[in-house]
Amino acid sequence: MGGIHPAENKLTHEVPTKVAALPKQAIFPLGQHIGAPAKPVVQKGDKVKVGTMIAEAGGFVSAPIFSSVSGTVFKIDTAIDATGYRKPVIIINVEGDEWEESIDRSDKLELVADHPELTPEEIIKRVQNAGVVGMGGACFPTFIKLTPPPTAKAECVIINAVECEPYITADYRLMMEHADEILVGLELLMMGAKVTKGYIGIETNKPAAIELLTEKCHQKFNGSQYQVEVVPLQQRYPQGGEKQLVDAVINRQVPAPPAIPVNVGAIVQNVGTAFAVYEAVMKNKPLFERYTTVTGKKLQNPGNFLVRMGTPMKDLIDACGGMPEGDNKLLAGGPMMGKALTSVEVPICKGTNSVTIISDDEARRKDAQPCIRCAKCVGVCPMGLEPYLLAKLSEVKNWERAESEDITSCIECGSCQYTCPAYRPLLDNIRQGKSTVMGIIRARAAAKK
Amino acid sequence: MSKLIVSLSPHAHSRDSVERNMYGVIIALMPALLASFYFFGLGSVIVTTTSVAACCFFEWAICKYILKRQQNTLLDGSAVITGLLLAFNLPSNLPIWIILIGALFAIGVAKFTFGGLGNNIFNPALVGRAALLVAFPAQMTTWPKIGQWDTYLDAETGATPLSIINSAIRTGDASLLEQLPSSFDLFLGSSSGGAGAMGEICSLALLLGLAFMLYNRIITWHIPVSILGTAFVFSGLLHLASPVYPDPISVLLTGGMMLGAIFMATDYVTSPMTPKGQLIYGVAIGFLTVVIRNWGAYPEGMSFAILIMNAFTPLINNYVKPKRFGEVVK
Repeated sequence: MGGIHPAENKLTHEVPTKVAALPKQAIFPLGQHIGAPAKPVVQKGDKVKVGTMIAEAGGFVSAPIFSSVSGTVFKIDTAIDATGYRKPVIIINVEGDEWEESIDRSDKLELVADHPELTPEEIIKRVQNAGVVGMGGACFPTFIKLTPPPTAKAECVIINAVECEPYITADYRLMMEHADEILVGLELLMMGAKVTKGYIGIETNKPAAIELLTEKCHQKFNGSQYQVEVVPLQQRYPQGGEKQLVDAVINRQVPAPPAIPVNVGAIVQNVGTAFAVYEAVMKNKPLFERYTTVTGKKLQNPGNFLVRMGTPMKDLIDACGGMPEGDNKLLAGGPMMGKALTSVEVPICKGTNSVTIISDDEARRKDAQPCIRCAKCVGVCPMGLEPYLLAKLSEVKNWERAESEDITSCIECGSCQYTCPAYRPLLDNIRQGKSTVMGIIRARAAAKK
Repeated sequence: MSKLIVSLSPHAHSRDSVERNMYGVIIALMPALLASFYFFGLGSVIVTTTSVAACCFFEWAICKYILKRQQNTLLDGSAVITGLLLAFNLPSNLPIWIILIGALFAIGVAKFTFGGLGNNIFNPALVGRAALLVAFPAQMTTWPKIGQWDTYLDAETGATPLSIINSAIRTGDASLLEQLPSSFDLFLGSSSGGAGAMGEICSLALLLGLAFMLYNRIITWHIPVSILGTAFVFSGLLHLASPVYPDPISVLLTGGMMLGAIFMATDYVTSPMTPKGQLIYGVAIGFLTVVIRNWGAYPEGMSFAILIMNAFTPLINNYVKPKRFGEVVK
């Protein structure tokens, strides 16, 4: 249902991943995942190595943060992050590149069969201790997804390899370059979730990845206790949204919040997360580097990078030929859901799948015209909502009606605003209404207690 | 020093625009316009030009002098559409001063008293036509015959297929229906197709416009298909019940059926917002049209059916909701 077909602009599809240079200084925001910010466990002047824990989980829904560089803690301060506000960070001055000895740096592919010590509990513990979070951008701690609430029962793991956002190719490159590791990661996720069914959802604009993974799955899982299926999906944004993907792959619809995919039996994990799980469990390597696309039509040499977290975006942009002339929009993420940044010094975090630079002419919005009630926003809404109505209700602050029209179901994919011929700021208004209504719902729940 | 531009997502746009859709409709109207020039010659050129020019003038003048708006909506194309659709509903021998009154009603009364584009409840062109029909019943119910190239006010008038059907039903004499042009003539609008309003005469041209609008995703199929389907089935059943009712093919090809289903009922502003709502709206229009044609005072029911359903559109929008994602159908 619904959905749009934005121009793909996958400029870096066939550009092999390069290892990004080490930064001079690495910046680690403490709140780079959903849940409580991490708590620093280092102090100014401490020496750290690559893979040293520098902040521990700040609660149950939280994740530890590891240094991606070796050097000295310069200070614990605040810096502008992707939200545009100054937030607590740990800054480390880089000296050399010395790794913790416990990390296995070999390229050897580790198989589950060689590790009899792995139990579901052990896998989940290692994933939790390595600070693995959803790498597709949402950054929800992975170990929590693997331990569903008692009311729900997991039946399958779905690997999200859709990458439906325009421009971004990091997941695609990862699949082409590390398919074996991803499949071991999937096996570990299935073990951890105690299921035997796995799916890999890939859009048909990536035929090479579909072919490669189908063949590898066949080799790996045929005759095993696991049934893994590569599911080619027709292109449609926002198919990479969790709920949309579950619907597309196993044809079940996740009900309105607070329901989550596991309520219909599915645990969805991004390709990058599967890879991170492999490294965390098999190589004892905590999450401190990731695959990131650096792209933009006016960028000289857009590319894909294996980048240490904490690297300022400016370093990557410079590695691609520098910021293009004129005014630009710098995005953490793709053009549909990415956040526009206020500074080129914002570091790469666990969820930064792309650094996208959009030029002035593409970036500017046109003036809004009156709504002509063409109903195109209703047609493209993947959640079956009426964006024109929700935006209007938010404008006139009719929160009660907005709630009854299911404003909280909005996933903020932006399809409505993308489509609107009158250039109305539909999602701007809906977002505001949604957060207000959520606040009202929370207050009501608190008052009941 | 170059700056970073900051705004909320999404940062991409389809580059669709109000203008693209409006001019798309105008392009879709071109086959029917050419057909009207071909069949009604000089008269249709004068009537169309007057109607379009008058609608544009009123749009511009009201924006500028009465509402004093900064942004003049003249160029968005909607006034041109109203002008064309109004002209399509008129006889090609209508005096200019009557057309001007129709245009003033369409733009001034139906559109701008509600706030202009996007806010009107009733289809402006149809309000213009309805006002003229009430005010000038004689001029608005005599229709020039097809195939007069160089006539305007002095055009020879004749019986429209709808008036033949109407008298057959009234008298209960099914043999009168034999005077109807063949379905093929009605479809192409060839000169034996009788008389009628300028834009409704050639179904083929209107269907070309429909294909163009569907292909370019200007409209969806829901409204035209539900109207034509309902009218076909309902009039088909009547035809089976009694031969004084015309065959359903003729019903679809006569009068304003095609023009209304394709261009009038699909007006964005005055039609429902959800596919389900559009189907309800379309079925009701198809049904009402056949009812008014067969048992009402006027031979043509399309425009009244649409106007009636325009009034129900807010109600439909209020109660007919799309299926929410994950909603369990009870």
